[in-house]
Amino acid sequence: MIQQSNKPVIRIKNLTRTYKIGTESVHALRGVDLEVCQNEYVAVMGHSGSGKSTLMNLLGCLDMANAGEYELNGIMTTRMSAASLAHVRNQQIGFVFQSFELLPRMTAQKNVELPLIYSEMPFWKRRKLAKQALERVGLGARIDHKPNQLSGGEKQRVAVARALVSSPSILLADEPTGNLDSKTSASIMQLFEQLYAEGQTIIMVTHESDIAAHARRVVRMRDGQIVSDLPIEQDPVNTHNQGPEEAPQ
Amino acid sequence: MKKLLLIPILLLRLITQSALLALNQIWVNKTRSILTTLGIIIGVSSVSAVIAAMSGMNNKIMENFETFGTKKIFLWPQRPDSGSKKNLDWWQIRFKEEEFEDMLEYCPSVEFRSFVSDGRNLPARADDTTVEAVRLNGVETHWFDIENREIMMGRPFSHLDETQGRKVCIISKQLRDKLKMDRECLGQTITFGHHMFLVVGLLEEKPGMMFDEGNRDNLEAYIPFKTMRKINNNRWFSVIASCKSTDVAEEAKAEIQFFLRRTRKIRPGEPDTFRVMVMENEIKQVMKVFGMISMVAFGIVSISLLVGGVGIMNIMLVSVSERTREIGLRKAVGARPSAILTQFLVEAVVLCLIGGCIGLFLGHGLAVTISKVVPMMESTRIPLWAVLLSFGFSALVGIVFGMFPAIKAARLNPIDALRHE
Ligand SMILES: Nc1ncnc2c1ncn2[C@@H]1O[C@H](COP(=O)(O)OP(=O)(O)OP(=O)(O)O)[C@@H](O)[C@H]1O
Ligand SMILES: [Mg+2]
Repeated sequence: MIQQSNKPVIRIKNLTRTYKIGTESVHALRGVDLEVCQNEYVAVMGHSGSGKSTLMNLLGCLDMANAGEYELNGIMTTRMSAASLAHVRNQQIGFVFQSFELLPRMTAQKNVELPLIYSEMPFWKRRKLAKQALERVGLGARIDHKPNQLSGGEKQRVAVARALVSSPSILLADEPTGNLDSKTSASIMQLFEQLYAEGQTIIMVTHESDIAAHARRVVRMRDGQIVSDLPIEQDPVNTHNQGPEEAPQ
Repeated sequence: MKKLLLIPILLLRLITQSALLALNQIWVNKTRSILTTLGIIIGVSSVSAVIAAMSGMNNKIMENFETFGTKKIFLWPQRPDSGSKKNLDWWQIRFKEEEFEDMLEYCPSVEFRSFVSDGRNLPARADDTTVEAVRLNGVETHWFDIENREIMMGRPFSHLDETQGRKVCIISKQLRDKLKMDRECLGQTITFGHHMFLVVGLLEEKPGMMFDEGNRDNLEAYIPFKTMRKINNNRWFSVIASCKSTDVAEEAKAEIQFFLRRTRKIRPGEPDTFRVMVMENEIKQVMKVFGMISMVAFGIVSISLLVGGVGIMNIMLVSVSERTREIGLRKAVGARPSAILTQFLVEAVVLCLIGGCIGLFLGHGLAVTISKVVPMMESTRIPLWAVLLSFGFSALVGIVFGMFPAIKAARLNPIDALRHE
């Protein structure tokens, strides 16, 4: 079922992001070039503060770059209006956050339906798709649970279901296992593996080598720049001669 | 073309969705929402109660004027404030009957005219029953037309009664009962003071007036004006007249003034030695004052609605800032700024409308209480236009004061909102 194709989903050129705090400016991204094709599974690694989250937020159209270009599925997103960007996020992007970001008063079902509400979908279709997405992540039995009635792993599964429900062209995950224990992390990685096998393009940020080891390609960052971009077989993650990355922060 | 038709449908769906969301949000923060809308509740309830009371009072006043007679014209002698006649005594300026002889011919807008010899309180006796003080009035037969008092039994004064000053009287039902006379009292006699009168007519009960309900027992007796003149030394009298319709009230007044100045031989430039008061004018005056009072009251309670609006704005700002992460998440999954704007705007409007609903309910209760407690405002109720106005105003307050927080929410950058603590 794996369909390797060379059609680029993401193409960024010289992407720059500078934060201004008072008179000081923090260069979080200093001209990043990256191309990700359909059905790739990429892990982004790097020290804390190297700009991984900044990159992911730009890829997820949650933030605007100061300079550079970002083409998503052939659409140039730089200089789009806020409303058009919202549409792009809704249709093309599934984002999984480290801290789940579920709405606490809504059931799992309602949380997963959220993106579909904003794509003007009739409610019966919404319900069906949300249920399917929850079944896909193995939570068919937790549909009516609220976030506080779910475990951490289950919450993240709901978040993944929400990211997948509108069949986005890319799944972005910023430290999806950062708040989970190793066993639960492994099960989430298994889920990602399954999604990848089903043809989903995935980009995830992680600190842990054993999580990154699930990807097929590893991008390493330092000081807002990409320092290495290699297939997993050639990346030091796989050579075991390097210990785990420094603990975050 | 098809897309154009879809827009209102989509808009409607967006609004209903937002309204459901807003209701949910309000339900979650029940206490806070109610406290927030307190300003609106108080505002709307007082506005609607004031409107209800005002319109109730308005109806009552109009009704009273109607009963009292809107076509009436009162005439009485009065010393002028200036001029050579300033120091005349009442004897010199009193009305004389002959001054009014041709009045109806010269005043085409005047319908009826009657002399009124103001009442004297006299003891009345029928058989063995005596009543201490009965108000005896000398009037002409048109008085009953002008005052709109129907004679339910018997007859009005006849021409003979009037020209010869016969001792006949028309009495009220209350007087009949007080004197313990038969129900069919016509043909019986009553002695007022030292004079014996034949009862020829029985008056219909006087309709209640605004301020004298209950405190006067309507012990009235009317005798022909001429008769009164004969048994009474008092030469003083006033005149009551009626105009043909309220539209010609002003003309009637002018005609009378012109006529009287001529018959009383008042030279041009000299002030009147009498007063003409037209009821219609007095009504207009009262209604004007009443309208002004309404406006002031309305203005004052409108301020409370404004204060209520500021309360709504405050709580919406709180709502936006404590739900910043939620806004961020909604934007991250594809909510357009317009969707967020609608969500918060609708929430503010729904909040205000709920406040308006409760306010109307309380206002209605207040109006009912007023109508029960204050007898002269028994027809107090909130008119439909006031209900619509209240809802309109509540929604407007919601939109105006919700706009700023809603725009603030809609403008948030998704990632900044998500990172908000
Ligand atoms: N909103 C912001 N305002 C100012 N500076 C910021 C902001 N977000 C990030 N930065 C700065 O940009 C740099 C990159 O931050 P980023 O969050 O991308 O790092 P990261 O690689 O995700 O780190 P971590 O692994 O700890 O999550 C850091 O130096 C950080 O201090
Ligand atoms: Mg990060």
